[in-house]
Amino acid sequence: MTTSIANVLVTQRNEILQEWMHLQLSSETRRTDLISETELRIESDRFLEVLSRAMRSGNFSDIRAPEYKAVLEVLERFSRSRGLQGFTPSETATFVFSFKQPLFNALRKSGDKDLSEQFENVWAANLLIDKLGLYTTEVYQQSREEVIRRQQGEMLELSTPVVQIWEGILALPLIGTLDSDRTSVMMETLLQKIVETRSELAIIDITGVPTVDTLVAQHLLKTVAAARLMGADCLISGIRPQIAQTMVHLQIDLSEVTTKATLAEALRFALKRSGRATQGKTAKE
Amino acid sequence: MDRIPILRMGDLLLVTIQVDMHDQLASALQDDLTSKITEVSAKGILIDISSLDIVDSFIGRMLANTSAMARILGAEAVVVGMQPAVAITLVELGLNLSGVHTALDVEKGVEMLHDRIGTPELGDTDVRF
Repeated sequence: MTTSIANVLVTQRNEILQEWMHLQLSSETRRTDLISETELRIESDRFLEVLSRAMRSGNFSDIRAPEYKAVLEVLERFSRSRGLQGFTPSETATFVFSFKQPLFNALRKSGDKDLSEQFENVWAANLLIDKLGLYTTEVYQQSREEVIRRQQGEMLELSTPVVQIWEGILALPLIGTLDSDRTSVMMETLLQKIVETRSELAIIDITGVPTVDTLVAQHLLKTVAAARLMGADCLISGIRPQIAQTMVHLQIDLSEVTTKATLAEALRFALKRSGRATQGKTAKE
Repeated sequence: MDRIPILRMGDLLLVTIQVDMHDQLASALQDDLTSKITEVSAKGILIDISSLDIVDSFIGRMLANTSAMARILGAEAVVVGMQPAVAITLVELGLNLSGVHTALDVEKGVEMLHDRIGTPELGDTDVRF
């Protein structure tokens, strides 16, 4: 029964492709700026080819079956490239959904059978195309998520710069929310840099940290404790008035850490401390 | 049983831990160190752990205890050259070693001790300046 769809696809392939192309070219979602007509034709033709081959198997319900492997592959590649090119999810899915009209038209033209059979054919094809359309959206989503994940990783690297601002003084300007992952990266980079530069003072500037809760404070205190164990002192600067209030309300104990309101203030303090140290040394020598 | 050597530098003692510490070695070190402090009336102890890359809570406690013992005997103890990984591990274990002085390396540790106990070559008045 459903094999008639596959037959239609084979016998009327050129007509279907013509109509489909026409439909896609005149569609509102067509993006002339992103894809050329030739490319679109190649993609459409390729999809038609793999789909008709898969349909010949008679399987119309399970797109995860091995017969549909080629179809899914084509759609996957298509969806990924569309995602990268900047198409929206609906524009991407419309490619598959717009195939319904030419297919149903072709079915109607070929039909010398009774109405109920034709309806059944249309329904089966409808379900199948819906599934394929949803699959493209799924892949689209996946490819976007991959991009997000990669960017997250890059941000993690970028967001923890440790800079030496003076001889023996490091600065660690923190921007964005602090979570456990970031804190451990931050701690490692800071401690590594302390060893490399033999710095005895590190200024952790939290001007760019939007909120400080108990967890963030705990992370900060851990970093300070680890640096102290290595023999370096940490200053925390850039605590905004609201954050100072929150910290006191949350009863976060910062009594063991030197804190300053601004990075400039912290730097002045640090210079004074190291300056005094050098003065002491010259007096002794 | 092997022992950890204790070197004397003026009125400072230098202990370099280069092997994996175990219970016996640690208690032997504490014995040796305490008797050496009284013997030479040392004013400062440097414990160099820069070549130690694995620690556990036992070593952490050992370091805290040793520096407490030194303090009782009238000497300042400084732990120097802790590796980043070691510091992170100790913090994660909840051992902040809050009573222990630390320095980045032996040189800075010596400087720190001299700041605290006074430089032996010079008179007290010079240091006070």
